[in-house]
Amino acid sequence: MLLRYIFYRSLMLIPVSISISVVIFLIVHLLPGDPIDNLIRVGSSPDDRLALITKYGLDQPLFVQYYRWISAMFQGDFGEAIVLRRPVADLISQNLPYSLTLGGLAFAFSSIVGIILGTISATTRSAIVKQFMRGFILLGSTVPGFWLALLMILFFAVQLQWFPVSGAKGWDSLVLPVLTIGFGGVALVARVTRVALLDVRREDFVTLLHAKGLSMRTILVRHLMPHAMLPVVTILALRIGWILGGAVTVEFVFGRPGLGLLLIRALGQRDYPVVQGCLLMLALAVMLGTLIGDVAQAAMDPRIREEKT
Amino acid sequence: MLEVRDLEVAFGPVAPLSGVSFSLAKGEKLGIVGESGSGKSLTAMSVMGLLPLSGGRITGGSIVFDGQELTTLAESAYRKLRGRRLGLITQNPMTSLDPLQKIGPQVDAVAVLHLSMNASEARTRTVEILGTLRIPEPALICDRYPHQMSGGMKQRIVIAMALAADPDVLVADEPTTALDVTVQAQIIRLLDDLVKERDLALVLITHDMSVVAQTCDKVVVMYAGRAIEYGPVEAIFDAPQHPYTQALINCIPKGLSTDEHLSGISGTVPTVSNYPKGCAFHPRCDRAKNICTSERPAFITYGNNAAACHFAGDDR
Ligand SMILES: Nc1ncnc2c1ncn2[C@@H]1O[C@H](COP(=O)(O)OP(=O)(O)OP(=O)(O)O)[C@@H](O)[C@H]1O
Ligand code: SF4
Ligand SMILES: [Mg+2]
Repeated sequence: MLLRYIFYRSLMLIPVSISISVVIFLIVHLLPGDPIDNLIRVGSSPDDRLALITKYGLDQPLFVQYYRWISAMFQGDFGEAIVLRRPVADLISQNLPYSLTLGGLAFAFSSIVGIILGTISATTRSAIVKQFMRGFILLGSTVPGFWLALLMILFFAVQLQWFPVSGAKGWDSLVLPVLTIGFGGVALVARVTRVALLDVRREDFVTLLHAKGLSMRTILVRHLMPHAMLPVVTILALRIGWILGGAVTVEFVFGRPGLGLLLIRALGQRDYPVVQGCLLMLALAVMLGTLIGDVAQAAMDPRIREEKT
Repeated sequence: MLEVRDLEVAFGPVAPLSGVSFSLAKGEKLGIVGESGSGKSLTAMSVMGLLPLSGGRITGGSIVFDGQELTTLAESAYRKLRGRRLGLITQNPMTSLDPLQKIGPQVDAVAVLHLSMNASEARTRTVEILGTLRIPEPALICDRYPHQMSGGMKQRIVIAMALAADPDVLVADEPTTALDVTVQAQIIRLLDDLVKERDLALVLITHDMSVVAQTCDKVVVMYAGRAIEYGPVEAIFDAPQHPYTQALINCIPKGLSTDEHLSGISGTVPTVSNYPKGCAFHPRCDRAKNICTSERPAFITYGNNAAACHFAGDDR
């Protein structure tokens, strides 16, 4: 049942990826400016410029260019960076691990800490803890991440010098970027977990679980948490895109190598193949994220499994 | 087996239930009838010790089960009774099972918890119980999810959960209200048989006076959060003392099997916030006198019944 669901759900990725590739291609090519400006030296003739344009196929109609790009892509060829003069695939595979580590850690941080805090705030009997959690959730969902990042750099990196201000050397360089991206996520996940737990606790079947003589702890772990995780998984799947977007800016702020930094630089130079490659990787990650989210939901909820297959 | 005395329930300052008393022996079936909001479910939840779930609290009276006072029982001790010696069946089978779990484990859990069985022993027992509840192919049903079953089947599963540890008391809060008419009759018959086979004490909460007449040995009639009449079924149907009980009985269409309900009585039930002074029934009572608007009638025995009406026992 679940396998069938995964199969059909994956099929849907095909039309989506094609349309996304078109959109990415168009956006990149319709930007004003072109990469050749960054290549030609001062004083070179218009003929040189023309030769370069022909070399990279930039004189062809857009749909021909798109076709060339996409058919090469199907053979695993991301093309050659025009300004950086290296295979795009190399550039990406060099930078991707940095972004994946950052994004993955930020994701794990916001989901684990968020779920724990949300559960505590929904189940605690202590009024002080409850109040504290409410304050934290409010703070986390209203304070913008970049502002927090600056505060943290000032305090932890500049003032206390616990962590490096920038760069990607060693694990301690990850702490501030992960906190920056993850903080808003923690608050969001905590809020969703809390609301979902409070909601499901009011359901009829919970009364009957108590009537069976089960302890509050058993009910929470075996019955309430799985229900509360349904909306949390949805939120987390959507969050993947957000976290990658966050990684792009945070890499820039903290001067960390990664897909984000590569993308921003390539954008400045109108290095089409690199920009396209990076955007496509990001889009792919978002699509995979939603796919995993949907599959996780189907794995958890038999009603969804049946409905959609 | 179960004795409830002057039960009183409050939610903060609001006291929607007071003065409920009844007693019940093994093999006996007690009906609780009354309109919506009259406090039937609160009575059931009080017996199960589940009021705190909705923020309620027992503020007076006593519930004695098998010689044990329940109103002051610690939660940890209460938990050992729930599911083990006190079983509960609720109104809506559509929402009373965990939709994310298969049927089997949900029933197994009771035997695992209370009878210290391992998973496979518990499953054997589950299959056996499902069989006695006339569920076809019980072994297959265990691998189904709740949403794949009909309401009547789900209600049988809920009954199976309540019976899994062989309880002494079964509290059924409107077990058939949400079901089709034909299925209703089946479930009532099933409960009836179970009481006989297992020597259960059954508390059957219902809107339907005719179900009480056919099934129960005793009946508590409730109105506006109070018991207003209590006694053996024959006595109450032969000589109802309280005007409200009389009206209820008159609402049962004579000799017809239509599902006529309590709505036949004119007027509406008061809500907790505006329970009338004196006898709560006086705005709807055609025998009300002055005293009814100011003084609450005491609960007094007349013959086999006990009723709370100033004029109960008078010849009319
Ligand atoms: N959690 C609660 N907080 C405050 N008041 C409550 C609460 N639960 C029930 N009540 C009050 O108690 C009264 C009795 O409710 P109860 O659920 O026992 O009625 P009932 O007889 O079971 O009705 P029905 O036939 O509709 O199930 C209601 O009028 C309601 O206002
Ligand atoms: S006490 Fe008065 S109002 Fe109440 S039921 Fe009896 S006669 Fe009617
Ligand atoms: Mg009720």
